Amino acid sequence: MGLTIAFWIMAVVIIAAALSVIFLRNVFRAALMLILCFIAVAGIYITLSADFLAAVQILVYVGAISVLVILAIMMTREVQKGNPANKMQIPVAVVAAVLLGILVYAVTCTPWRLSPSAPLTPTTVPLATRLFSENGFILPVEIGALLLLAAILGAIVITREK
Amino acid sequence: MTIGLEHYLVLSALLFCIGLYGALTRRNAVIILMCIELMLNAVNISLVAFSSYIVPLLLTGQVFAIFVMVVAAAEVAVGLAIILAIYRHLTDIDVNNINLMKW
Repeated sequence: MGLTIAFWIMAVVIIAAALSVIFLRNVFRAALMLILCFIAVAGIYITLSADFLAAVQILVYVGAISVLVILAIMMTREVQKGNPANKMQIPVAVVAAVLLGILVYAVTCTPWRLSPSAPLTPTTVPLATRLFSENGFILPVEIGALLLLAAILGAIVITREK
Repeated sequence: MTIGLEHYLVLSALLFCIGLYGALTRRNAVIILMCIELMLNAVNISLVAFSSYIVPLLLTGQVFAIFVMVVAAAEVAVGLAIILAIYRHLTDIDVNNINLMKW
């Protein structure tokens, strides 16, 4: 029962925050709504008993990515003319609505084979075992580290003053 | 009414479509990046929901969600660097006016 209430609260907060990211005129307030949306997504992870991912969501998205976004908004403040839309609003709205209809139809009509067992509750140790064990995901982890290094170097090279 | 897998998937689809609409209609480049983050979060919600309802003992979906987060962090760092470089050269971040590579 508590899980149901928590899910509906988080779902309403996520959808409302996402809509206000798009439709708010003020870009800075849109960024604050994006942070609220990230926090609510962390709550959704908790209702799915993914505790480690909820902590990572708070650390990476709420802590790091939102700071980067707000920094970019402040550094481009002189040219901010609010949050205008282009001329494609109606066709894009039709496309998004059709895609939403297809997705909801596919989700509700697929006979999912649900697992009878309950999800693991402290997920940190099983996740570490999956990621770093012998026949796990150790090669993608190494490639992810390389990708992050390349992204850091690329960001520094792109933004450096001549 | 208990919450099932379909609820999470419909929530994820709704968030993805909102992000898609924003990414395709907004003219501010920073807002477009924020909408892409919304879409990545929607995918993460569905991955974690699949993980805990279909393979709860394998955690494969959560591992994939971690990799999505890694790629999202790299993407937002490089994307914002590109926006700052464009701003420094053109003094504008309106994507309607950034048509250097338009054929």
